Amino acid sequence: MTRQLGTRSKRVLIALTAALAWGTARVPAHAQAASDTVVIRDATILTASHGRIEQGSILVRDGKIAAVGPSVDTPGGATVIDGSGLFVTPGLIDCHSHMAIDGGVNEGSISVSSMAGTDDVLDPTTVEIYRAAAGGVTTANILHGSANAIGGTNAVIKLRWGKDAEGIRFEGAPPGIKFALGENPKRSNSSLQPGTERRYPATRMGVIDVVREAFTDAVEYQAKWRRYEAGDTAGVPPARDLKLEPLVEVLEGKRLVHAHSYRSDEILQLLRLAEEIGFKIATLQHVLEGYKVADEIAAHGAGASTFSDWWAYKVEAFDAIPYNAALMTERGVVVSINSDSAEEVRHLNQEAAKAMRFGGLSEEQALQLVTLNPARQLQVDERVGSIDVGKDADLVLWKNHPLSVYAVAQKVFIDGQLYFDREEDLARRAALEKEKQELLAKEKARREPDDKKKAPRVPTVETTRRARPRWEQQP
Amino acid sequence: MMKSWTARPQLVTMGVVLIALATSVMIRASQVEPRVASEVEPTTYAIQGARIVTLAGRPIERGTVVISDGRIAAVGADAPIPTGAEVIEAEGLQVYPGLFDAISSLGLTEIGAVAATNDETELGDFNPQLLAAQAVHPASEHIPVARASGLTHALSVPGIGESSLVPGQASAIHLAGWTIEEMLLSRTAALVVNWPTYRLTSSGPPNFSRRSRSFAEAKKEHDEKIRQLSEWLDQARHYGAAVEKGSRDRISPDRKLEALVPVTRGELPVLVNADRVREIKEAVDFCEKQKLRMILAGGADAYKLTDLLASKKIPVVLGPIQALPSSEDEPYDIRYTTPAVLHKAGVLFALGTFNSSDSRTLPYEIGNAVSYGLPWEAALAAITKAPAEIFGVADTVGTVEVGKLGNIIVTDGDPLEIQTVVKYLFVNGRLTALDNRHLRLYEQYRARPKPATK
Repeated sequence: MTRQLGTRSKRVLIALTAALAWGTARVPAHAQAASDTVVIRDATILTASHGRIEQGSILVRDGKIAAVGPSVDTPGGATVIDGSGLFVTPGLIDCHSHMAIDGGVNEGSISVSSMAGTDDVLDPTTVEIYRAAAGGVTTANILHGSANAIGGTNAVIKLRWGKDAEGIRFEGAPPGIKFALGENPKRSNSSLQPGTERRYPATRMGVIDVVREAFTDAVEYQAKWRRYEAGDTAGVPPARDLKLEPLVEVLEGKRLVHAHSYRSDEILQLLRLAEEIGFKIATLQHVLEGYKVADEIAAHGAGASTFSDWWAYKVEAFDAIPYNAALMTERGVVVSINSDSAEEVRHLNQEAAKAMRFGGLSEEQALQLVTLNPARQLQVDERVGSIDVGKDADLVLWKNHPLSVYAVAQKVFIDGQLYFDREEDLARRAALEKEKQELLAKEKARREPDDKKKAPRVPTVETTRRARPRWEQQP
Repeated sequence: MMKSWTARPQLVTMGVVLIALATSVMIRASQVEPRVASEVEPTTYAIQGARIVTLAGRPIERGTVVISDGRIAAVGADAPIPTGAEVIEAEGLQVYPGLFDAISSLGLTEIGAVAATNDETELGDFNPQLLAAQAVHPASEHIPVARASGLTHALSVPGIGESSLVPGQASAIHLAGWTIEEMLLSRTAALVVNWPTYRLTSSGPPNFSRRSRSFAEAKKEHDEKIRQLSEWLDQARHYGAAVEKGSRDRISPDRKLEALVPVTRGELPVLVNADRVREIKEAVDFCEKQKLRMILAGGADAYKLTDLLASKKIPVVLGPIQALPSSEDEPYDIRYTTPAVLHKAGVLFALGTFNSSDSRTLPYEIGNAVSYGLPWEAALAAITKAPAEIFGVADTVGTVEVGKLGNIIVTDGDPLEIQTVVKYLFVNGRLTALDNRHLRLYEQYRARPKPATK
């Protein structure tokens, strides 16, 4: 009986928390309803593509950047934002994220899980989205985990907090897939549960073998379809193979490979394998030893998406250096800095700044690590990544220089709409606290007679926006 | 091969006749490398022309710091430069107290995923006799990396945040030295206690999957742990009293109790790791009843208990500022604002990374709190002066004052900013190398010739 009550109260509490979180962070209605024309005036603009405009203005119309320069026209009815003393950057882009995934990020039971994908399980309600947006992030690459040599497919999203799963998708972004090399697919660091057997592969040889084997199958599968399309099979199509289809897309250059990798030798092996089979690695993810084979990475044309300064958490991260991003940049690699974390994503701007301290990148080069370069890596740079006319109006207004520890995001626009406003957030806190206390009091009052009767009741609080407590996230 | 760190010695032109007699040399940070054994290490340094932020009174806009025989010998606008001093021309640079990571695992771990390199947490629930200093690895690659960010000393803490109730004692260590004996700042700085939490999930046989359990079950375990802690302390009091009465030969020695005696007498503080309101309150209440000197570690919810912490004068060592709120409905910036809230309430607080490889981010972590209301000086104090006060080493480190140990840094800017470079770093009055594994790998691979194209 107690247990039943406990479960019920827990559910109600979850619903309460969810309702409150929703309230805390939901984009204020009036911001959404505001004029579609916005002018940010007299700010220091870091364009990420053509330097800095000291006292510049940006005109946003219909979700796009309509003009940028020392001065722009202010059409009648435009919302004018005084940016004096503030900085503007493009919205930041995180090229490696696992936010907004409902449930586990790894389909770890098999070594090739290309039939599964994060796109099927996007959770647009997680507060992680709002918190990331509050750090100036507007686009993220939602990747499958790294337990498999060939992992699941990805989803590129815009952090349109408040929209549904369809509404947060980055429409038109090329699809991708996760690969993983080294300790994770070998499962070197995961403890086996009693009674379970180890899974192939358990060595770097095996990891490369799994990739080669899968692509051998994919090439054959592709050939079957070509024969069918050429009319060689008397009109009988081959059976569809959902595991191989994404790999055929890779072969056809329609799906980007994002390959989790650490050691320089495994990086090189993958590049050579891809070259042998005939496809490209779009990005090497983590790529902590990328600096050792930067020329080879540049020659292949792969991008590199790395951490700023994490190291020593496992053997393959022991040669990680904070100079990695700068050194690879110097050798001609398109480099981004990613978060891989719901926390780190909130200060990608500061992570980028570390490449100035370690390796001497310029202000613009550093900013590009979290804007234009990840946009190029995800092949969405026609749309986002810099402050240029015609691009999406994904913009961040900062107090203090964005590459400083003192930077604070003030306003974050996605497609010209305000999705985070620090002033609004601060103004709403007292009201939300009051609402929370009232809800708690109401719940308490309602629970008391319950407790006396010792009978469970169907919760009346709406539970559709279910929060995900930590214990449910465990695989 | 090692080369002399004063590779390009240069006579400094001296205006003053008196000083002209001194054979002073100018040195550059990039030349600072370990000395070969045959060289005689200077014992007196004069850092000249820098802005000095002493944290003991107002900054000196342009002055000199003299370090002699390991200690700060003079600080001032016109401090004279002693004969024979090695002079560091620091025009345009800034002097600060060396940074202090108030809770770290420096020296106790090398590679997180490799158990063989980890000495942070011993088996068993109750090990007050264990001492971090006895496992600190002076050659850890993490230590020079931390130095490059301006850290000169740290608290090396066993098992904090782990399930072990009492994982051992923390030691304050200098971040340079050939042996732990040379590195010791304070052998026993605090006894670590991980305050029991209410664990509502557990895992175990038969299938090791997580299962939730009732609050009653969780509370039972929690209460039992506190009862045990209480019992140990009672026994330690009796043990201490017996030993004091000279009856030592009649009682069998117990090293666990012996380690607890200074705690029961309030001579050694307890560093209590607790985050939630309920647990912090319990810990405060417990320590008051047991007459223990409590330092709160972690303290995610400390911002809700400022009155309690201020009135009981309980100092706090906060964890990283760059951390997520602990619940979904907390403000997104709660960790950023917490230091300012504590500061305003008059709670003495420091910042710790609770980490080893990330120890180098200490100044940036606290820097993040400045835009959320924490005065810059208070931020700097949280990683220098405040932890020195909290852990009882304020007489030797924490400020740039005459008589204190020469643990100071010379930077080219604000030490809390990412882009600032530490130009010189002194530990125990010794000019210490800023070279590290990362810099070496960078230089090695930066020099890699372009591979031949096939």
